Amino acid sequence: MQYFFNWDVVWRATDKLAYGLALGLGMAALALVVGSAIGLGCALVLTSPKLKVLHRPVRWYVEIIRNSPLLVLVFFVYFGLPQAGIRTLDNIDSFVLTLTVYAGAYMTEVFRGGLASIPARYVESGMAIGLSGRQCFFFVTLPVMFRIVLPSLSNNLISLFKDTALASAIAVPELTHTARWINVQTFQVVEAWTSVTVLYLAVSYSLAFVLRRIERRYAVIR
Amino acid sequence: MSATATPANGQDGDGIVLSARDIHKRFGDVEVLKGIDLDVGKGEVVALIGASGSGKTTFLRCVNMLEEYQAGIIRIGGVPIGYHDEGGRRVRLPESTVVRQRSEIGMVFQSFNLFPHLTARANIMLGLTKVRGKSKAEAGAIADRWLERVGLTDRKDHYPYQLSGGQQQRVAIARAVAMDPRLVLFDEVTSALDPELVGEVLTVMRDLAKSGMTMVVVSHEMLFVSSVAGRVVFMDGGRVAEQGSPSEILKNPKSERLRSFLGRFHGVLR
Amino acid sequence: MTLFQPGHFFYEVWIARGVLLSGLAITIASAISIIAIGLSIGILGGLCLTYAARPFRWAMRGYVDLVRGTPVLVLIFFVFYGTAIIGIDVSPFLAGVLAIGGFCVAHTAETVRGALESIPQAQSDAAKAIGLGFWGRLIHALGPQAVRRALPPWINTAVEMVKGTTLLSLIGVVDLLLAAQQAVSRSFMAMEFYGACLVVYVVLCLGISQLGAVVERRLAYIRY
Repeated sequence: MQYFFNWDVVWRATDKLAYGLALGLGMAALALVVGSAIGLGCALVLTSPKLKVLHRPVRWYVEIIRNSPLLVLVFFVYFGLPQAGIRTLDNIDSFVLTLTVYAGAYMTEVFRGGLASIPARYVESGMAIGLSGRQCFFFVTLPVMFRIVLPSLSNNLISLFKDTALASAIAVPELTHTARWINVQTFQVVEAWTSVTVLYLAVSYSLAFVLRRIERRYAVIR
Repeated sequence: MSATATPANGQDGDGIVLSARDIHKRFGDVEVLKGIDLDVGKGEVVALIGASGSGKTTFLRCVNMLEEYQAGIIRIGGVPIGYHDEGGRRVRLPESTVVRQRSEIGMVFQSFNLFPHLTARANIMLGLTKVRGKSKAEAGAIADRWLERVGLTDRKDHYPYQLSGGQQQRVAIARAVAMDPRLVLFDEVTSALDPELVGEVLTVMRDLAKSGMTMVVVSHEMLFVSSVAGRVVFMDGGRVAEQGSPSEILKNPKSERLRSFLGRFHGVLR
Repeated sequence: MTLFQPGHFFYEVWIARGVLLSGLAITIASAISIIAIGLSIGILGGLCLTYAARPFRWAMRGYVDLVRGTPVLVLIFFVFYGTAIIGIDVSPFLAGVLAIGGFCVAHTAETVRGALESIPQAQSDAAKAIGLGFWGRLIHALGPQAVRRALPPWINTAVEMVKGTTLLSLIGVVDLLLAAQQAVSRSFMAMEFYGACLVVYVVLCLGISQLGAVVERRLAYIRY
């Protein structure tokens, strides 16, 4: 069967592609930021002996979400919430909500691991110069933890960006959805999917590059 | 200073086991071995001493082809290993040949390097079954014998993580000699051990030497060297600087470099 | 709320039990196929990344980076629509399994490479010193250690693959998720069905993790 290349369809769709890319990045970034807040909170809960009663619910949240396929979660939220009466979320909001909850579970593990791997000697030095428990936490523990988790954070951002592809399943006009649109409209399979793959790769590599530079500047040197 | 050295008195007769001629080795731009010549006779125990960076470990690793080297030929029992002369040109032997030749040379490492997924007994048996092709029963019997020889029969089914450093090193020695090699190389085998564990390993080495094993030992244990080695070779800057019997080398050093090197071991040698 | 009338939901499940069960079977079958493809070719790929000559290593590296940098869903669509347009008659199931399988190969190869490269050079030296050749070293000395090191990250990969089978529903493969979707479109019980789906997947994934933990415990005698 003959296949005729026609890259024009890609050039004509640049606005859609650009929008899709920006949307994808935006959703991922938002999910990362809010998800990190959730994750940090949960990690602090897990490492705090005073909040022992909350350990069980947090553990359940993390384990259930991490073992759930994102697509099922997306459908659960998008189709299930209206059923329960919450009809104010459109597809983008719904997806971002789901992605945020999803990210939160993974971020919890990232921050928990980061907190656990802080060498005790840093906090001990803090105490030795007279810092209070709370001061130690804000001026020693947290800054060190952020530098330790920086590589994981950047990896997760890139992963989340790739996960935004699933938003196409509920018709969010991001990159994958656009590629499918081009494909179905024009039958130019190779062009549609190659261009989108290139865009995803370009973003992943650029993100990785920028984040590596930031890491080199700030990540912990033991 | 010296060219090839003759084997120490009383060890001649059965021939030269190891013969190295003009060995040169470079790491990038740095020449680490600048023309090593060495002969070791059957049953001889030769100690290589020298400062770090003098090339002792590198030379050892060249003998069993763990390192490639750029010039010179090493012969074991007269047979060139690793490289040979092909009509005037120095040619590397095929990998399969080198692999086979390595089984004739035993090596004991500074960091023991026991296989963590095998028991002490299995560690010793691995070479016997997979390289020498012995049956499990045969290999097992040989392993048991050597475990007894090094005093670890009660630990034969233990995994490396369950053994102390000294015990692991003794298993490592057994692993090397069980293959019945023509020559055993010891690369600073006690340097990574806690002081109280060094003795048990040296005892095994002394025992091996007494039973006629041909050994080349790189070591900092000067007392051991003086009591067990038949010949001491001092390496400096990639060359053999001085060699002779332990009393000659350790008590009457001729060169300034050797004297200053030995001077660092104050108290140990008196 | 329909949620609190169990008779109603269970009734719907009962009606749909055929599709749901076959959907579950498809999910499990695809997961097994993907993992099998990933393991077999992935291990070879990992060996290639670690030991092969430069051109092969670069080719493999290019493949791994390309595949890992792309969302799985895009890979699935690419293969699905691509085979259709070229004229190769491939079932959606096969197209999807091959796409996700290719993804699994990339991840497995990376894991294997990481495991092999994390084994100290000294182990290789020791194996060489007793006269083992390349394959002898790999199978008897390095292999078991590599398996031990690769197991935890690989169990993660396996779990991700099981979760990834849900994407097959988007190209029309009637897996558990699509079967549930069909039931939802009939009964409008979205929360119940998708919630139940979640439960099934969580159980499957936790099961795999538990299996992995059991194997890890049995290999714990290999310390590193």
